[in-house]
Amino acid sequence: MSSQLVQFLFSGLTVGAMYALAALGYALIYNASHLVNFAQGEFIMLGAMVASVMVEARLPLPVAIAAGIAAATATGVLMERLAIRPARGAPHITLLIITLGVALVIRGAVQVVLGKGNHGLPPFSGEAPVHFAGATLSSQSLWVFGVTIAIVLLLAWYFGRTRSGKAMLATSHNALAARLVGIDTQWVLMGSFAMSGALGAIGGVLVAPITFTSYDAGVVLGVKGFAAAALGGLGSGPGAIVGGLLLGVLEALTAGYLSAAYKDVVAYLAILLVFIFLPRGLFGGQRTDRV
Amino acid sequence: MNRSRSRAGVAILAAVLLVFPLLGPGAYAYDLVIRISMSAVVVIGLNLLFGYTGQISLGHAAFYGLGAYASAILTTHFAWPALAAMAAGAAATGLLALAVSRPILKLSGHHLAMGTLALGLIASTVFNNETRWTGGSDGMPVPPLAMFGAELAGEFAWYVLTSLLLLVVVVAALNLVDSPAGRALQAIRGSETAARVAGIETARFKSRVFVLSAVLASVMGSLAAHYVAFITPGAAGLARSVEFLMMVVFGGMASVFGSIVGAAFVTLLPQFLHAFESWETLVLGLILTAAMIFMPGGIVPTLRGALARRRKEAAR
Repeated sequence: MSSQLVQFLFSGLTVGAMYALAALGYALIYNASHLVNFAQGEFIMLGAMVASVMVEARLPLPVAIAAGIAAATATGVLMERLAIRPARGAPHITLLIITLGVALVIRGAVQVVLGKGNHGLPPFSGEAPVHFAGATLSSQSLWVFGVTIAIVLLLAWYFGRTRSGKAMLATSHNALAARLVGIDTQWVLMGSFAMSGALGAIGGVLVAPITFTSYDAGVVLGVKGFAAAALGGLGSGPGAIVGGLLLGVLEALTAGYLSAAYKDVVAYLAILLVFIFLPRGLFGGQRTDRV
Repeated sequence: MNRSRSRAGVAILAAVLLVFPLLGPGAYAYDLVIRISMSAVVVIGLNLLFGYTGQISLGHAAFYGLGAYASAILTTHFAWPALAAMAAGAAATGLLALAVSRPILKLSGHHLAMGTLALGLIASTVFNNETRWTGGSDGMPVPPLAMFGAELAGEFAWYVLTSLLLLVVVVAALNLVDSPAGRALQAIRGSETAARVAGIETARFKSRVFVLSAVLASVMGSLAAHYVAFITPGAAGLARSVEFLMMVVFGGMASVFGSIVGAAFVTLLPQFLHAFESWETLVLGLILTAAMIFMPGGIVPTLRGALARRRKEAAR
């Protein structure tokens, strides 16, 4: 394998890990409510922006990262309480437009409070690169891989071993039946918004040292996270991870060998092609049409 | 909609458009009304697709942009006459919409929303990157609109053109909605399966209304490009698509006159927020969210419902 290819693969996997985390966020909310959250990308942006601005204000990096993740988690909870819950029972398309409205609110609030400039974080463990198979990796990539793996393991444990995780799974299979056996499905919905806020922000914070972020970065990131989710099958956990990594690699290869300007189109085309030719994605379960 | 009521609506609209110049408005007021009329035409098309037929599109600015860039590129680089460029843009947009309509309108709900969003993002990536033709993110100038050997210049001329166009489109849309085809579209919104069972070729109707709304957007994109004399990818980006959708849901889903109210509201709002420019996104988002929670039908249908209730109570 040429070292150039290795380079592309690694940078693709790094960005792909963030897409995977975003796709997991989509999956959580989709499973809890069959809703696609158009504000998912804003969580990524919010986490990265809050952390970056706090580092610029000379706060220690771990504090800044925790604050970024906390801000996005709180925003997820507030979104569910203030925007989704009051519209309970509204037609699907209404809820969809509400999430679009909340995305504008988050973007607008960040623009007002934190400004329009570009921000970034310093690498977590210094600038020194790591050499592997003839390719040069930033040490941040290792952080991205490590944290993503840890999160996936944590989620697997949570959904497989804990009561609240199993309650969430039960709700995703059949919300009415879950309610009948005493599961607080309202709590599940709020919990899934909180978790998807946190997942988005973690992805955003991890990648912030590699790519810059600004108040309007959320839209494209959100669409890419969704492309990853669709690629893997909407609502599937393993699908989200495979979809994210696959999308990241495809994008990096396109940027490297075809055209850097058109690398974003990979995700957009992926959405269209997957929906049209492979509506269940690679790992999706059955597709249900609700009449 | 009730026929006498829609006739009254057209009469009121015509009266407002006739009286407005008599008030002696300045260039600024003319400019606002011209832009409202242009957006309203796009929004009426989108409302036929989304409000009446129930098919969401988060990519309509792409069609608007295709028209705008077709006019800009064909007149600038190839010295085409403006009307020919506009027609070519509309035809190309219509063909493109027709080609993508069948596969994409098989989707529904959030799949359709994301699919059209992706389509719009692809178009705006092209507008941004084909710098040789489009000027890239800096945009490109567009020559004035020349028709029949004369240039359309000045706010009043543009006002007359856009007002007439708006009236024609309103009447046409009201007729369409009230025709068998219009009822077929509304049946699709109610339940696509039921519509198919009732013998409606749903795929063909959805495809036609998609093409119609795309062509309307393309023509208005061409006109707006000539009017503003400049086009940037931002005018055809995702934010613009969301703005069109916002106009539909503010004014009123499945309401032709609501489309005009929505276009006016979303166009005028930033004028009031002018002093707090950076607050615009936040305020628009808050209003959109609140409107969808408390007034999901939109302004015109909600007011109409309230009026009808009061009349019923008065009659009692």
